Amino acid sequence: MLRAFLILVLCLALAPFSAPEAAAQETQETIDRSATGGAQTLEDIMARQRGEEVAPKTGDAASNARDLSGQLGTLGGASDPDLWRALRYGSADITVSSGGEVASVLMQDGGMAWLEFRQGPLAKYGGYLLLGTLALLLVFFVLRGRVKLDYEKTGRTVTRFKSFERAAHWLLAGSFILLGITGLLTLFGRMFIAPYISKEFNATLLMASKYIHNNVAWAFIVALVAVFVMWGWHNIPNRTDITWFAQAGGIVGSKHPPAKKFNGGQKIIFWSVILLGGSISLSGVSLLFPFDFPMFMKTFDLMRSVGIESLPIYGPLPTAMAPHEEMQYAQAWHAIVAFVLMAIIIAHIYIGSVGMEGAYDAMGSGEVDEAWARQHHSLWLEELQAKDKAAPKDATPAE
Amino acid sequence: MKAMMLGFAALIVISVGSYFALQELGFSSEDRGSGDAVRLD
Repeated sequence: MLRAFLILVLCLALAPFSAPEAAAQETQETIDRSATGGAQTLEDIMARQRGEEVAPKTGDAASNARDLSGQLGTLGGASDPDLWRALRYGSADITVSSGGEVASVLMQDGGMAWLEFRQGPLAKYGGYLLLGTLALLLVFFVLRGRVKLDYEKTGRTVTRFKSFERAAHWLLAGSFILLGITGLLTLFGRMFIAPYISKEFNATLLMASKYIHNNVAWAFIVALVAVFVMWGWHNIPNRTDITWFAQAGGIVGSKHPPAKKFNGGQKIIFWSVILLGGSISLSGVSLLFPFDFPMFMKTFDLMRSVGIESLPIYGPLPTAMAPHEEMQYAQAWHAIVAFVLMAIIIAHIYIGSVGMEGAYDAMGSGEVDEAWARQHHSLWLEELQAKDKAAPKDATPAE
Repeated sequence: MKAMMLGFAALIVISVGSYFALQELGFSSEDRGSGDAVRLD
């Protein structure tokens, strides 16, 4: 009796220590993995992390994963490298209910290269180009000084540009300066304004820049067309330009090479404005209406059709582009060409203001002294004088 | 100087005009990237 009593006491005393272990073994043995095909469950994962033994899985990993479809979607937990690769490189067969081709691109890794280019080389070398141009002009001004009028002023003037021509010039100039400043603020604001002034101020500037840039762009395009129509004919290169360039336009040295209405240097400026400004306008319109007017794949196809397969620095031309990539290329091209044109226009502003005596009058009042016309546009002056002789001033025009 | 002012006036007229014209055409991202099934506010 006493013996039986001692056994009972011992069992009761040891029961609390042995019960959890037995219960755990029972739990592990009774886990129902039929729903997952024997694959591991969250309990398994947690148990393994605690360093506990986990019951072996049944079946191979792939089949176990596929059986997870009920939990994780159509592919379950299976890794499908081909699918992810297709998504990564934009070749996956994606169906979207709205948004079209643009929305079917789930990953667009080219965006990263564009972002790095925009914040890196574009901003860096673009900034250097503008600062370098200003520095060169300053050096030139110090060394050469102002291009002075060598002939004595006559007091008689000739009309260099009519009112309509000057208005179109200032429309083009004003819009270009506004577009240039707002474009630079958009590119450099985050680098130079946000950290040193404030993010709020930068955000306000960016918002204003966006409105100005998007809408003033149309004024620039209108003026560009007007200027091309007015002056395109006068800017066709001819033989006098060769002499003009051979004598460096009289800017270096003391000669005054003959020129018609526009000299060789002005023709360079004119065609730069028309071609680069035209290109900026096209890429700008492409950016203003995102995805509606993609230009680059068409351009690359055109280049390939004439045998150009790759470009220096860039490498082989792409054969397929995501819609977003088209926009990134348009932005990069827009900015690159704009930087080049800004540098050219800075030089133009220099020579048309402080760089040359009497040059501003041509676009200010439109009237230039005959001495200035003789020095810089002798052939044009001769043409005007010949016309004047052919039609005396007191002649009455035919009604 | 008068021609310069004329040019700048044309700049303002064209820019303001284009702003309203583009709004009429449904140019904004809100108009183009949204639809009846999307509620932004």
